[in-house]
Amino acid sequence: MNYQPSVFAVIIFFAFIAFVLFISRYFAKRASSSAGFYTAGGQIHWSVNGIAFAGDYLSAASFLGICGMIAVYGFDGFLYSIGYLAGWMVALFVIAEPLKRMGKFTFADALDSKFKSKGIRITAGISTLIVSMFYLIPQMVGAGSLVTPLLGWPHWVGVILVGIVVIIIVATAGMASTTYVQFLKGSLLIIFSIVLVVLVLGKGLKTSEYDTLKLESTDGQNIALEDRSKIIGDRWEAKGKTFIEVMIDGKATIWSLNKEKNILEETLFVTNLADGGILYNGAPKEDGRFKQVGDLIDIEGETNVNTGSLGMFKFIGKIKNSTVIRWDKAVVMDGKDKVTIYYQHPTPGKEILVPGQKFPVKTGRDKMNFISLMLALFFGTAALPHILIRYYTVSSPAAARKSTIVAILSIGLFYILTLFMGLGSMTHGVLDLTNSNMAAPLLARDFSVAIFAIISAVAFATVLGTVSGLLVASSGAVVHDLVAKISKKDLTDKKQVSIGKLAAIVVGVIAIILGIIFKGMNVSFLVGWAFAVAASANLPAIIMVLFWKGTTAKGVIASITVGLISAMTIILLSQTTYDNIYHLVGVKAPMPIDNPAIISVPLSFITLVVVSLLTKKKDVSSK
Amino acid sequence: MLHGKAAKNVEDKASGIKTKIGLWMFLLYTIVYFGFIIVTVMKPELMGKDIGHLNLAIVYGLGLIVFALILALIYNALCNKYEKKLNTNDKTATGGVK
Repeated sequence: MNYQPSVFAVIIFFAFIAFVLFISRYFAKRASSSAGFYTAGGQIHWSVNGIAFAGDYLSAASFLGICGMIAVYGFDGFLYSIGYLAGWMVALFVIAEPLKRMGKFTFADALDSKFKSKGIRITAGISTLIVSMFYLIPQMVGAGSLVTPLLGWPHWVGVILVGIVVIIIVATAGMASTTYVQFLKGSLLIIFSIVLVVLVLGKGLKTSEYDTLKLESTDGQNIALEDRSKIIGDRWEAKGKTFIEVMIDGKATIWSLNKEKNILEETLFVTNLADGGILYNGAPKEDGRFKQVGDLIDIEGETNVNTGSLGMFKFIGKIKNSTVIRWDKAVVMDGKDKVTIYYQHPTPGKEILVPGQKFPVKTGRDKMNFISLMLALFFGTAALPHILIRYYTVSSPAAARKSTIVAILSIGLFYILTLFMGLGSMTHGVLDLTNSNMAAPLLARDFSVAIFAIISAVAFATVLGTVSGLLVASSGAVVHDLVAKISKKDLTDKKQVSIGKLAAIVVGVIAIILGIIFKGMNVSFLVGWAFAVAASANLPAIIMVLFWKGTTAKGVIASITVGLISAMTIILLSQTTYDNIYHLVGVKAPMPIDNPAIISVPLSFITLVVVSLLTKKKDVSSK
Repeated sequence: MLHGKAAKNVEDKASGIKTKIGLWMFLLYTIVYFGFIIVTVMKPELMGKDIGHLNLAIVYGLGLIVFALILALIYNALCNKYEKKLNTNDKTATGGVK
């Protein structure tokens, strides 16, 4: 995909970053004490905190990842919207007020308030760091995805840029500036998403068509084109499809054979050359031959249709009764070069608007994966460290509840909008098949460069806001839960802040490195893992400490440890990790499922109960 | 700039009833949420059933989001009511915020 950076987009983008850094400087004076640095002194108004919650939560996964996944898979992307919001019900009804009553800086405070155990502190601190790291990876990947179309820079430059800006925000001003950055970003994200949806509905839907080549004959192996000026070259079989190379005006193109219609259909292809070079539709990226896609070929059985503006429900109704061209992927070898072919997959709208394209529910294993994902999203939100620390930035338990409600209202509204932004990207010919994360910003560019620039700047701010929150949470865990407990001496307040800032820098640098390694994966999918780890490691401990009197310190430590290890083991040995991270193509992974929650969450609960019962007995007998 | 009062947690007499309401609402939402999962896994073809311009999957999915918003508002209203009722004569209680 070739993107031409626009001067206007660059100006808006840097103006936004300059403003964010100004906010950091303005609030820097508040970060001198550790209460100021980690919780903004508990002084944030609940309404500001609520929108900041939304700004914190609506990360790159929500804006870039969900819209991208809906654009590629339809309803299955919307499952994330449903699950992410449902998670807030756990936060509101079960966690918000009690946790605020028990804690001070970190969620380990709350867990430990009853036991005063060094072990709980250290285990919860490590868990916070690991979950934050899992959550940081997709944010950084999202940042990298954004700078390429916006500024024309490579992915790694975006990752480093966001890393440096965020480290400056956090290290200078801590939670106060982080909160106002998140407030600003949350508000802008919702406002401009509304604008984008209004534009999508205003434009409505229209049909389009792709190039085809007519065949003279297809008698088994021999294929002849009607147009004899075009020369047939190599032929590959993959995924049950036949792909034919055709030389047109001296340039190699690849087509997929449609035997029923006796035609060749246009494909898009990326060639990874043996020498490390990459060609897009047989040419360098700058030639622009790899086009944006995502179209309807008929609406209610008719071609050449332009509906004009549509209402929200009619928009969905029209897609339901249309045929969408989705693109499947096949990989073939051309000598030593690896060729990834994206071929057309006409899909009825009815199939796109039900679960099944990304997460099929046909086999027992499919069903396990689906239930596991939905469990992780439901139980993960309330256990995310950067969300938990936000309960300590307000003055009272009631304020914690009210800010959660403001968050739910704004986040819920946004998630409804994702359905329309995703389906808009799917049907408006804006998709970049090599980068699904860019669906929403590219949809904006379809309307105007100005909106694209603003949406991209907001999306970048989305990453800044979330990463800042994660760095504050990680830094808090390092200082309050790890260093303070391991070090023998009492740390002064000033020393705590200095160590916290140093920790933020170190975590930030690690996040930059991981963001570069994980390039190309859908950010929402990666966040699904972070939710699973959080739900497995933290949630059972939080719930049981709040609601079961029999919970013991050893039970909490065992539960967090087992949850963390089991969730991470399943993820690291899953098929998705084998394919996309280790690049072990064709190797069968040992774990039958990709998402661990269905196993690791119950295991963590059971461990807590069993260990608590065993250690309780000892306590009683020793008395 | 909007800032609330400094952190000061004094006894909130409504916390017991608020916890109880929260747990009941959590249970209600959980049943509806898991209903969505069960239908998808057990009877996926039901999700494709037409409901006006939409289908069951879209109506149930959007419905889960809207239901969450409504429950959140009801919960807050109930909590406010009990905070006002039970903490009225106790000036030190910080159950409610301005």
